[in-house]
Amino acid sequence: MELVIIAAAIMLGLGALGAAVGMGLLGGKLIEGTARQPELGPMLQGKMFLLAGLIDAIPIIGVGIAMYLIFVVAPGLGA
Amino acid sequence: MAGGNQTTTEYIQHHLQNLVFGNHPEHGWGFAHSAQDAADMGFWAIHLDSLLWSAGLGVIFCWLFYRAARKASTEVPTGFQNFAEWIIEFIDSTVKDSFHGRNKMIAPLALTIFVWVFLMNLMDLIPVDLVPWAFSLLGVHYQKIVPSTDPNVTLGMALAVFILMLYYSFKIKGVGFIKELTLHPFNHWAFIPVNLFMEVVGLLAKPFSLGLRLFGNMYAGEMIFILIATMYSAGLILGIFGGFLQMGWAIFHILIITLQAFIFMVLTVVYLSMAHEDH
Repeated sequence: MELVIIAAAIMLGLGALGAAVGMGLLGGKLIEGTARQPELGPMLQGKMFLLAGLIDAIPIIGVGIAMYLIFVVAPGLGA
Repeated sequence: MAGGNQTTTEYIQHHLQNLVFGNHPEHGWGFAHSAQDAADMGFWAIHLDSLLWSAGLGVIFCWLFYRAARKASTEVPTGFQNFAEWIIEFIDSTVKDSFHGRNKMIAPLALTIFVWVFLMNLMDLIPVDLVPWAFSLLGVHYQKIVPSTDPNVTLGMALAVFILMLYYSFKIKGVGFIKELTLHPFNHWAFIPVNLFMEVVGLLAKPFSLGLRLFGNMYAGEMIFILIATMYSAGLILGIFGGFLQMGWAIFHILIITLQAFIFMVLTVVYLSMAHEDH
């Protein structure tokens, strides 16, 4: 039964790794783009927030399912 | 709320249990008194709380904007009308630059989705114990006040968007849609199975990720609120620290709430504009 917890931990860890790398690159490119053309700053920031939401879509789904595993499946409750 | 010292798991379980009304194998139609009851009900288990909260929020949204529209005046806009005008202009500009078809229904749909999902997510900021405690006085022991932490709600909305996508694809592209599914990306009859498999997987991934993204964010957000709430019962120091943690997470969560509602809307508009494109 402890394997559920390990599975949830792996899901959380790998998802976080991917999202962190993605967000880092995204942030870097945003600063670069704004530095190159400061007047485009607000528009780039808007796009950055949209993409930030899209980047951590899959990891957050992983987090949601991992939490479901930890709090519902692990104590052996629910379908 | 069971008195006495409740274990943390019980506390968490209690806050994750929906108010379920369904057809229990033994007791027939009735409310589920425990998670096990709800699980036994299988298919015929209606999450009353998610339904009522989301429908109620939908009514509030319609009433607010109806009142703003009825009282609209051409003088300097004040109060809610100002807010309504700002939101409508913001969404209109977003839809204009991401929707390339010609369809009067898209902007109102985008407005509805944005405000309704935002209102549903906003419920997550209400302190975790407040509403369940109030409702337990009325005898309702299980309650989840945030509809968007219920996968049925979010996947249901994503399914509605998916049906709209298919409807407009067939209506505008007609046979072209079938051609698009079978002859993209390799334009040769021998590759039809490969194309079909890849296109259908892409098509199904859209509503699935759309619904689960909102669910994942809100479920994780609410789970963290519940975990912070368990700190209150662990002595004074941890309690105060938990208070600051809750405030910090709530402020950060405000960004997540608006962002997720915005993303749900933008992706719906983008998917529908892809359905309208006619090559």
